[in-house]
Amino acid sequence: MSYLTLENLSKSFKDDKVISNLNAKIDKGEFFVVFGPSGSGKTVLLRLLSGIMLLDNGEIEMNSQVINEFQPEERDISMAFQNFALYPHMKAYDNIASPLRANNKNIPDDEIDQKVKEVASLLKIEHVLTQFPKELSNGQKQRTSLARSLISKPSVVLLDDPLRNVDAKIRFEMRLELPRVLKEFNTTVIYVTQDFREAMALGDKIAVLYDGKFNDIDTPKNIYLNPSSLTTAKLFGDPTINNFTASVKKEGNLLFVDADGEKFKLKRKTNIQDCRCIVGIRPEDIILSNEPSDESIEVEFRTKTPLNLRIVFLVKLKSGLELLCSMTEEESRLINENNKLYISFLDERSYFFDVETKRNLE
Amino acid sequence: MTINIWSILKFFAYVAIIMFFLFPIAWVFNMSFMTNDEILRKVPALFYEPTLKNYVALWEGELAIEGFATMYIFFKQNLINSAILSVGSVSVTLLLGVPAAYAFARYKFKGGEDIAFTLLSFRFAPALLIILPLNLYFSKIGLYDSYFALIWVYQLITLPLLLWIVRGYFEDISPDIEYAYRLDGHSWFQSFWRISIPLAKPGIAAASLLCFIYAWNNFVFALILGSSQIQPVTVGALAFITASAIPYGLIACGIVVSVLPTLILALFIQKYLVQGLSLGAIKG
Repeated sequence: MSYLTLENLSKSFKDDKVISNLNAKIDKGEFFVVFGPSGSGKTVLLRLLSGIMLLDNGEIEMNSQVINEFQPEERDISMAFQNFALYPHMKAYDNIASPLRANNKNIPDDEIDQKVKEVASLLKIEHVLTQFPKELSNGQKQRTSLARSLISKPSVVLLDDPLRNVDAKIRFEMRLELPRVLKEFNTTVIYVTQDFREAMALGDKIAVLYDGKFNDIDTPKNIYLNPSSLTTAKLFGDPTINNFTASVKKEGNLLFVDADGEKFKLKRKTNIQDCRCIVGIRPEDIILSNEPSDESIEVEFRTKTPLNLRIVFLVKLKSGLELLCSMTEEESRLINENNKLYISFLDERSYFFDVETKRNLE
Repeated sequence: MTINIWSILKFFAYVAIIMFFLFPIAWVFNMSFMTNDEILRKVPALFYEPTLKNYVALWEGELAIEGFATMYIFFKQNLINSAILSVGSVSVTLLLGVPAAYAFARYKFKGGEDIAFTLLSFRFAPALLIILPLNLYFSKIGLYDSYFALIWVYQLITLPLLLWIVRGYFEDISPDIEYAYRLDGHSWFQSFWRISIPLAKPGIAAASLLCFIYAWNNFVFALILGSSQIQPVTVGALAFITASAIPYGLIACGIVVSVLPTLILALFIQKYLVQGLSLGAIKG
């Protein structure tokens, strides 16, 4: 049975339904990433879980106990805030020690001291323990706030986009380090981010939050390869997935696609019926070349730009449809955009979504 | 290096301004060490032999003036009254005002803004407008001539003052800091006591100082609502002027003594005022 169960959670502010009928089951020790665009209610969700905000509806069950009515301090849930929320009038040491000094614990001072030093060394902030928050760099503040949320070994740790406010270098360091640190504590982690790469790098499972609920809950790989809807597919990928409306006709393992006069074939094993739908093809699944092949389509070069160590080409088909395709730097050097260009599609790497509901048809 | 004529002019302007404000104080300070004869000399003396006679008289409660009967002074009692009234009203204000300011800052409740504004509006009315009715009421319910009554009336001014200053300080504290403390396992009250109050301390200190100064300096309420038993120094100083003599030296001495507590308090609280400005920073 799952450790943390969220059942039909709802929360609205005036008429604005931020969370509506959200469901999830989270296992003990799982690294559960909540991923969603900004404004999708990720932070609100964490606040509901931690007890800072109260639910309108629904049930939070932890370790077979409904904790809806529990005060924040009674939940055994800790949280690292996006804005760090360190206590400005306390030194880093006292910030980190704060959870151990809570009144019901009665931990002797030397034990507190030992634990603070332990977690500080794990997060490499031993040298700043005597400083006040305003004297710390953002990276150090972040580590201090993480240390504070971990030190009492809570059952569930909520991390609210902890890498948002630190610079790129520290973000990369922490992305490598976080899983190691969190493993030491063997705790259930709910991690909020709006960076799909971060989500895919860290999560055992990713829950995709938009429209007030989790639209996908699955392993990073499954969500990437089999998104439940066009919206999810668009969120996972940079540049975003190409999508266009087309009529699709199936013949064995071949699909005949007719996108407003542009006709081509896709090799794809699928159970979808002949229909009009939205076809999605990721930029990295389109092969661009100067040489024509059997199935290739001639395209016109529009522009190209580097993006995250890859090169993205924007090309235009005869029908006017524009597609993005991305490739590595080396691959792009083989392409001369002044000559004729052709695209072809990788086998088995296309998606079909309903025109109305945008749901994945498979 | 060229001498900037503007900087010289500015210097003299500063000197003039400072002289303008400090000269009366310096004069009074000097007067407190003079005898009445020295003060009343036709050509004021620049140099004189300072005497502690006035201070001794103030302390002992009686001043023998040559040719007249001995004058009795209740200044010591006045000073004690001032202390009781000021400390009392600041304490009551802190006790009621700080939690109220927190409530107004953190919780949006129905009519909250209206209540806060109503409290502020008490400050709009001139004291004279309410003082006579209050005198009648207090006589009827037996509150006339009691510390309690004066402390109560002072709340009309000090409570809204503290409330509106401290409220702003509470609003500047990120609620997340308080939530973080709750999530560490502390109760609501602990987060209020150990996080919110310390972080709003500069505001609380500044507001308390202003309230103290108000209470200490108040004249008209104390004059009308109490007898000499509970009157503070501001009213008590009137007693120095009698039919037989006006002991200027003694009055000056009384002024110096009654200014001291406020001055010391201000110097003491200054530390918190400065500290507060640099604490802020939550992120980046």
